[in-house]
Amino acid sequence: MSDPSSLPPMPLLTVEGLVKRFGGVAAVDGISFTLEAGQIMGVIGPNGAGKTTLFDCLAGSQLPDAGQIRLAGQRIERLPAWRRTGIGLGRTFQIPRPFPAMSVLENVMLGAKDQAGERILPNWVAPGRVRRQEAACRERAHELLTFVTLASLSHAPAGSLSGGQRKLLELARALMAKPSLILLDEPAAGVNPALLEIIIERLLAMNRAGTTLLLIEHNIDMVARLCRHVLVMANGRPLAAGTPENVTSDPRVAEAYLGGAVA
Amino acid sequence: MSLQFLADGLLAGLLIGLGAIGVTLTYAMLRFANFAHGEMMSFGAYVAWSASFLLSALAGTAWPAMGPFSITAAVLLGGLAAMILTAGLALLLDRLLFRHLAGRGEAITLVIASFGASMALRSLIEFAFSSSPLYFSSDLQIAVRLGMGIRVTPDQLALIGLTLCLLLAIHLLVTRTQAGRAMRAVAENPTLAAVVGLDVRRVVGLTWVMGGALAAAAGTMAGILVQIRPNMGFDFLLPLFSAAILGGIGSIPGAILGGIVIGLAEAACVQFVGAEWRAAVAFLILVLLLLLRPRGFFGEAA
Repeated sequence: MSDPSSLPPMPLLTVEGLVKRFGGVAAVDGISFTLEAGQIMGVIGPNGAGKTTLFDCLAGSQLPDAGQIRLAGQRIERLPAWRRTGIGLGRTFQIPRPFPAMSVLENVMLGAKDQAGERILPNWVAPGRVRRQEAACRERAHELLTFVTLASLSHAPAGSLSGGQRKLLELARALMAKPSLILLDEPAAGVNPALLEIIIERLLAMNRAGTTLLLIEHNIDMVARLCRHVLVMANGRPLAAGTPENVTSDPRVAEAYLGGAVA
Repeated sequence: MSLQFLADGLLAGLLIGLGAIGVTLTYAMLRFANFAHGEMMSFGAYVAWSASFLLSALAGTAWPAMGPFSITAAVLLGGLAAMILTAGLALLLDRLLFRHLAGRGEAITLVIASFGASMALRSLIEFAFSSSPLYFSSDLQIAVRLGMGIRVTPDQLALIGLTLCLLLAIHLLVTRTQAGRAMRAVAENPTLAAVVGLDVRRVVGLTWVMGGALAAAAGTMAGILVQIRPNMGFDFLLPLFSAAILGGIGSIPGAILGGIVIGLAEAACVQFVGAEWRAAVAFLILVLLLLLRPRGFFGEAA
């Protein structure tokens, strides 16, 4: 690994000509964009535009049929999901699903990467190292739960959390792996207004701390508050890109949202 | 009334529980019932016997028994070797058989494949060691009276102690380490575990290692307690599955508890009904369970 500071600045995420087909339907049909480190970018578009499929391809839940994805210069489009989380890509889901029988704290700790205790052998031959890492992991999980305001629930089974609390839990779990980029699939959907303020404020705090964010969102006010760059998708294709003000005043975008055929 | 069945049943149940941990975890993760798990117990017992036999041969003399127990240090070392080699056998079966079939076939393909592996292993063992039983020791054990009509041999007490130590180690592994958390997560929901970024294939490998090692320990102890036969693992299969389902698929404490219930029921049956009905007990419990509470003690509602 060479010193990154000696390299010319490169975008954190580069997507080129990404295509994902299901049978004859191209759910993602030639999406390209770049995301600079430290940005917050929004992906909007009507239902069925292919936003979640785009995220699936970025995170590794689906393998794209064509195109390239680079994270910090490294090609990742063929890597399995667990490798991508290992090199700094985190993700939360539109409908968060924790492991319900495990505690909130344990769900967060599952997000940790490169723990000696992941393997059987060190647990027996280097128990001291495993115990120290385990303690550090537990402490960091506590800090993150405090950060997302769930500290008081850390020992409750995750299945008992409300929908909004599960979104916060996912945020903490994603942060556990210390990602450079987090993909957020509709962080505001189904969340009550009070919790939504907390989520927005925590996302901004994460971004100030250096985490790059890419989010799918239908709540335009939230997009306008968070993002300075927006990509509009319709029918799997890029429809418009720019600042929130620019794209929302674009007649093609209004047309796509109102269900008219895309020109 | 003599309470002898409590002592016999507890130990038998703990051994069933040790074996059932592997069954319940691989069932939850790979969605198939592994019929070859019983043979991992037999394989472990034969490895332990061979290793202790070799150690005695190398020493040129029989190793002295430790205190009142018939168990020698050679048997303990043999048991350790059995755990390691059986873990390797489980990994090998996963690599050669289950991993390939899991990708394409349906669950029934895996079940039949495991049935084939079970028969092949049993026949190999019979080929190598013949079908006549082997014994770790021919010493007579004098039982100790504990009151309430309960008599136990020193070996039985030692094995209960060893099993409890193993269970403590598993408990620590599963609740205090990342490997254990990952195992529970994959057992709870393999698909979700993959999308949140766990390396499911490696976690499954770890589970085979743990399940194989525990099966070997249980097989070795069953061999110390009674005898070693090529069929011993196959005879354990029904109690193993009953214990895993009774406890709830995917639950480790459930497997242990289920094992203890089955072990106690079998021992009670031997004492009060008749030894010839013992094998029917696990079957009866399994049938009643599937009719009345198919998710077991700790299972998730389907």
